Amino acid sequence: MKKFLDRILGSALLPALSFLLAFIISGFVIAFSDSKVLKLVSSPGKFITTALSTVGNAYLALFQGSIYDPNLAHGHGFLQGLYPLSETIVTATPLILTGLAVALAFQAGLFNIGAQGQFIFGAIAASYVGFHYSFTPVLHVTLAILAGVISAAIWGGIVGLLKARTGAHEVIVTIMMNYIAGFFILWILKTTKFLRHGRIDPIAPEVAPSAQLPHLAGANFRLHAGILIALLAAYFVWWLLNRTTIGFQFRAVGANASAAKTAGISVGYATIATMALCGALAGLGGAVHVLGSEYALTADIAGNFGFDAITVALLGRAKPLGTVLAALLFGALRTGGRTMQSNTTTPLDIVLVIQALIVLFIAAPTLVRYIFRIKNLKTQEAMASKGWNG
Amino acid sequence: MTAVQRRQFRLLVALFILALLELYAFGLGNKANAPTTFGFTLGNEWVLIHKWVIGSQTGAYLFSALATIGSALGIFLVRTKKNPAIGTALSTLSLLVSFLCWAAAGKFIPLTGMLQGTLLLAVPLVFGSMSGLICERSGVINIAIEGQLLAGAFASGVVASLTHKTSWGLLVAPLAGALISLLLATFAIKFSVDQVILGFVLNVLVIGLTDFLYKKLLIPYQSTWNSGPSFSHLEIPVLGKLPIIGPIFFNQTIIVYLMYLIVGLITFSLFKTKWGLRTRAVGEHPTAADSVGIDVNKLRFRNVVIAGLVSGLGGAYFTIGSVGSFSKEMTAGAGFIALAALIFGKWTPMGAVSAALLFGFADNLQGTLSIIGVSIPSEFMLMLPYIATIIAVSGLVGRVRAPKADGIHYSRGGSH
Repeated sequence: MKKFLDRILGSALLPALSFLLAFIISGFVIAFSDSKVLKLVSSPGKFITTALSTVGNAYLALFQGSIYDPNLAHGHGFLQGLYPLSETIVTATPLILTGLAVALAFQAGLFNIGAQGQFIFGAIAASYVGFHYSFTPVLHVTLAILAGVISAAIWGGIVGLLKARTGAHEVIVTIMMNYIAGFFILWILKTTKFLRHGRIDPIAPEVAPSAQLPHLAGANFRLHAGILIALLAAYFVWWLLNRTTIGFQFRAVGANASAAKTAGISVGYATIATMALCGALAGLGGAVHVLGSEYALTADIAGNFGFDAITVALLGRAKPLGTVLAALLFGALRTGGRTMQSNTTTPLDIVLVIQALIVLFIAAPTLVRYIFRIKNLKTQEAMASKGWNG
Repeated sequence: MTAVQRRQFRLLVALFILALLELYAFGLGNKANAPTTFGFTLGNEWVLIHKWVIGSQTGAYLFSALATIGSALGIFLVRTKKNPAIGTALSTLSLLVSFLCWAAAGKFIPLTGMLQGTLLLAVPLVFGSMSGLICERSGVINIAIEGQLLAGAFASGVVASLTHKTSWGLLVAPLAGALISLLLATFAIKFSVDQVILGFVLNVLVIGLTDFLYKKLLIPYQSTWNSGPSFSHLEIPVLGKLPIIGPIFFNQTIIVYLMYLIVGLITFSLFKTKWGLRTRAVGEHPTAADSVGIDVNKLRFRNVVIAGLVSGLGGAYFTIGSVGSFSKEMTAGAGFIALAALIFGKWTPMGAVSAALLFGFADNLQGTLSIIGVSIPSEFMLMLPYIATIIAVSGLVGRVRAPKADGIHYSRGGSH
């Protein structure tokens, strides 16, 4: 038990300290960009208290907007106060899936920046099956999800195929394919098949009720069954990596491709399979997002899910459980950030700064160790850089 | 045939087939022979011809026939083991003109204006790819070009607005880019963080910071913080009056002239100076460079910072170089296209500049065609640079190779 606790503490300490640093630095950014605070530079005492209260209010709103808001509970009961938590989970659901798409790739030694594009293809296909066909309820939603997963797996698989066959670096290819997917969705939403009747702005028809994921906590909350799918997917990735031969091969290729090759593992096959699976996971994210909370495909459907996925996977250290926790956290930051933006004068975008800083510090344990003067901060081995030719 | 010749041969055969297809398709699908007009004048330059009118069908036929001849000539040249460049150039250009004749039937194409637009769209791409070039030639991957451009744009816009002087903006932009570079260099070289991850995170950081400050300061206090002046065009005497070339190249803002200077300087330094030789050595084979007494990590650090200066300056183009004021995420992925241009140009200065111009042209063509109302979805035109890059890195046109030690952390006695 003690050993277990040590392990948890050891692996949680670096993220926790990185967190602290990120919030402190962002606090300075919030304080020093506030006009109210800046006017008081001449009187140090007032300056400090105003700065602290500005930052405090911002972070309080961030919390209230993401977990529990007493104002909402007032007169409606405790449960209604948890509305922000439901929103956090709704935001975290696609993030878990895209985060897994990046994390799984990391495990196999690949850097998948393409979750954004894969998400888009998943969303397009799921939406199309959702609004264009009609089936019985359970079948319909299953088919819509499958369509999203398969088309995104193909989109992701192309990257693996190119890498395996020609050596094209997956980072460059996925960056480019994100743009292509971005333009593709803009185009497809203008076509008569996708554009909602009577609309000129890019929006597709709503998916049929039979294709929508059920709500989990009543009609008042947007919380939907997607979170269960996401958790299952996380468990699947863990099982695949730790309990199957294929997963072992993925990790072997990730750890040392030439050694894996010598051991008789087909590196090319592993690369293609990994990227297709990553695509499938991100596509599942797109499908779940459309069928669970958005219902209608829009040009901006992917938001920032594909890019946040990278910070999520990095914070989660490319482990399935870590990714789930990191996605919940960033989901909370995003959701709370919206409340913070409307209730205080602090824009939502500070959340991006916090995310970037957390990941930056986690990636540089030496720096964190130096700042906090800690000798034995447990760190994971640095992710090996292989360069463009790797 | 050598590998190079085989690739040239394949390319030319593809061009030949394309030309035949155009010959067939444009003749059939375009029954009416409406006149296509090409405009050649823009401002007060000396005039050779004002405009040139050709029937759309006649033009399409004529030029696709010319393209067929060009590619056939190229194939003949490759067969006889000569350089087929003339054939390739003739074929590609003719294909393009024939396409324009067909696409703009009955419409007006401002050719000089289009080329000028191409150069302008390419400016940040050129700066960005030059920045990437310096970094990657010395062995540090720079994915943070986007962030550096954005930081440069933001800093120059804000400072120019606060001081009411473009010159201060121009001074601050490179410093902002260098600041991002400093982070990149410190974390990549001192803390050996994975450079791709790092570059990505730095982009997020800059996007977050500029978005945040934009909403917090630039929107509410627009008159003080975000109403900067911008450079006016400087016509170079005589050169600026040359027909076609003048308005494209020599009637621009100071940032464009600085771009010429920097491209020239980098090309020269990289291949003709001691610094260039060392930089390339450190990027290709750091151990060998170390063994002859070059401080690998120090040189890399310095080069990454220099690269930041270059892309930061490029960022100034977005604000004081054109519209004056800053807007949210106004670089809109230019940093990534610059990276694509660098790779497409095979990590060489001239290659990168050509690729940047090509991407600028594709972008501008898309804009022009959608203004004159051509039925090709603009989204597909916009995809072109990205598809081209994927084709380039997949080796379908010719293998591109990054500097050998690009992205690999160097430590003396390390096992890399």
